[in-house]
Amino acid sequence: MSEIRLEGVTKRYGTFAAADNVDLAVTQGELVTILGPSGSGKTTLLSLIAGLNKPTSGRIFIGGRDVTDAPAQERNIGLVFQSYALFPHMTVLENVLFPLGVRKIGRAEADRLARDALKLVRLDGLENRRPSQLSGGQQQRVALARAVVFKPDILLLDEPLGALDRKLREELQVELKQLQRSLGVTTLLVTHDQEEALSLSDRIMVLDKGRTQQVAAPTEAYLKPANRFVAEFLGIANFVGLPDGGQALVRPERIKISSSGAGKPARVVEAIYLGQMVRYHLSLDGEGAKPMVAAAPFVGPAYATGERVMVSWDAADLWPVAK
Amino acid sequence: MRGQGFGFVAPLLVLMFVAFNAPIAYMLGLAFWEKGRGFTLQHYEGLLEAPVYLRVLGNTMRVALVATLANVVIGYPLALWMRGLSNRGRMIALSLVVLPFWVSILVRTYAWIVVLGNGGLVNRTLQWSGLTDAPVSFLYNELGVTIGMANVLLPFLVLPLFAAMIRIDDRLLQAAASLGAPPRTIFWKVFFPLTLPALAAGTLLVFILCLGFYVTPAILGGGRVPMISNLLDTLINQIPRWEQAAAISTILLIVTLLIFAAYRRLDRKAAA
Ligand SMILES: Nc1ncnc2c1ncn2[C@@H]1O[C@H](COP(=O)(O)OP(=O)(O)O)[C@@H](O)[C@H]1O
Ligand SMILES: [Mg+2]
Repeated sequence: MSEIRLEGVTKRYGTFAAADNVDLAVTQGELVTILGPSGSGKTTLLSLIAGLNKPTSGRIFIGGRDVTDAPAQERNIGLVFQSYALFPHMTVLENVLFPLGVRKIGRAEADRLARDALKLVRLDGLENRRPSQLSGGQQQRVALARAVVFKPDILLLDEPLGALDRKLREELQVELKQLQRSLGVTTLLVTHDQEEALSLSDRIMVLDKGRTQQVAAPTEAYLKPANRFVAEFLGIANFVGLPDGGQALVRPERIKISSSGAGKPARVVEAIYLGQMVRYHLSLDGEGAKPMVAAAPFVGPAYATGERVMVSWDAADLWPVAK
Repeated sequence: MRGQGFGFVAPLLVLMFVAFNAPIAYMLGLAFWEKGRGFTLQHYEGLLEAPVYLRVLGNTMRVALVATLANVVIGYPLALWMRGLSNRGRMIALSLVVLPFWVSILVRTYAWIVVLGNGGLVNRTLQWSGLTDAPVSFLYNELGVTIGMANVLLPFLVLPLFAAMIRIDDRLLQAAASLGAPPRTIFWKVFFPLTLPALAAGTLLVFILCLGFYVTPAILGGGRVPMISNLLDTLINQIPRWEQAAAISTILLIVTLLIFAAYRRLDRKAAA
């Protein structure tokens, strides 16, 4: 159990910087997600922390120890790869036993630990299967069991749920969070899915082109993004003009719609039914720009496509964002 | 649907049967048949009575085994080294391994005479460096035959092995490292087991090819290293005793099939 600290970590391939001067501090037991589009350097960052790759410059500390030059073997990190990287020639149990065998833990003790880990991820009963005989979700859990069975100081997860279908992903998100909390292990989780980041994390680090854009709690990153990239990456963003000529963000669910009352007149261009919510695309009169998006719970009054409405928002719900 | 292609395949099947299966059947027939008397085992009794035959069989096995082992000892590290190269390096190394395929076995085998002869490259180097005083005789003995066979058959081992090795995802090895395994453990517990099926298949192929090798033992052995195929040549072209040759061929066929069956069993056990 440890904290992670990155200081000015940079990884260059030729002149291209896959990670560019990244600073980050993850405290003991915290779950931080690294969120960014594909190619933004998320995997690169994890592989630097895991020691599979050496940074061009900068230092990496785990539990206060400078591990920048330590080989992967000596870092005691639980790592789950995007592709799971299970050993295909071993059974599920043998996969989970592998890190214990390496640590010279006695056969009986290792067996007990491995079976406990498999029970933790609800895979007991499948010990003797090969990875190829498992579903994607099951393989993911084996990888997770293998990564936590040796009580690593920190846990690194590279898009652990990325390859799974939506329903399973949502189930496993909850499980993952509970597992992480019960183990109390400091965790860095990589994802390109903003909902996953918002729902799982204590804090989010948003990455673009190898650079940190913002590190903040989910609500803060969502409502008070550091810049336009974060605002747009973390969900639907409406921008409204400010009196000083600047721009401000207002999130869809903060926009109020009524048939009559105060606000700006607008027309409903599209009403999209999403189950729990209805999403409205609104064209404000006299503002030809792209339609504003509002979201309202389905239980409230509904508006049809083409209907004329009044749109308003509170000044407190505006967050100024640099252009 | 199922029977539809048969009309097209039938001529090929007939050709296969006439060209390959019929001669084998004829050979098996010869081995168990005596003119005017019908079925007999006397050709096999003949084999047992003359110890020279069994000696040649044992000799063949030994040379094949040593040549195969030499192949593994050279081929595995070679394939491993090739895996670590850049794409360009791999292409070059691969062509160097395959290139000899395009040169006739005869030419390659004669090339060894130039290299291994008393006044050849190797002996001159050895004497020049002072490692030996007199030339070491590589030719016309088992050593020369083994070297020649190992060389000719090396691609048969290296190619499947290399193909299996480049299929191994680097991330598996990285995963093993991150789980705490030192390089030696990563090799023996992860990398090597994943190459084992290809190694077994390649080894078996090389061994079986060794058993029936003719050109190289004939030239580099100079008639002094009797292998089964050379013995068959004598029995057919010089003496001639076709029945005896057929009996020996049958034994060789059975040995080969037994080895193959053992391999299949191991393979299936590994897969289960
Ligand atoms: N070994 C490498 N050589 C050159 N470029 C690389 C290498 N590994 C990654 N990159 C580049 O670095 C960038 C970040 O990659 P990666 O960390 O895998 O992104 P992500 O995981 O966020 O999708 C990509 O543009 C990728 O092409
Ligand atoms: Mg990635």
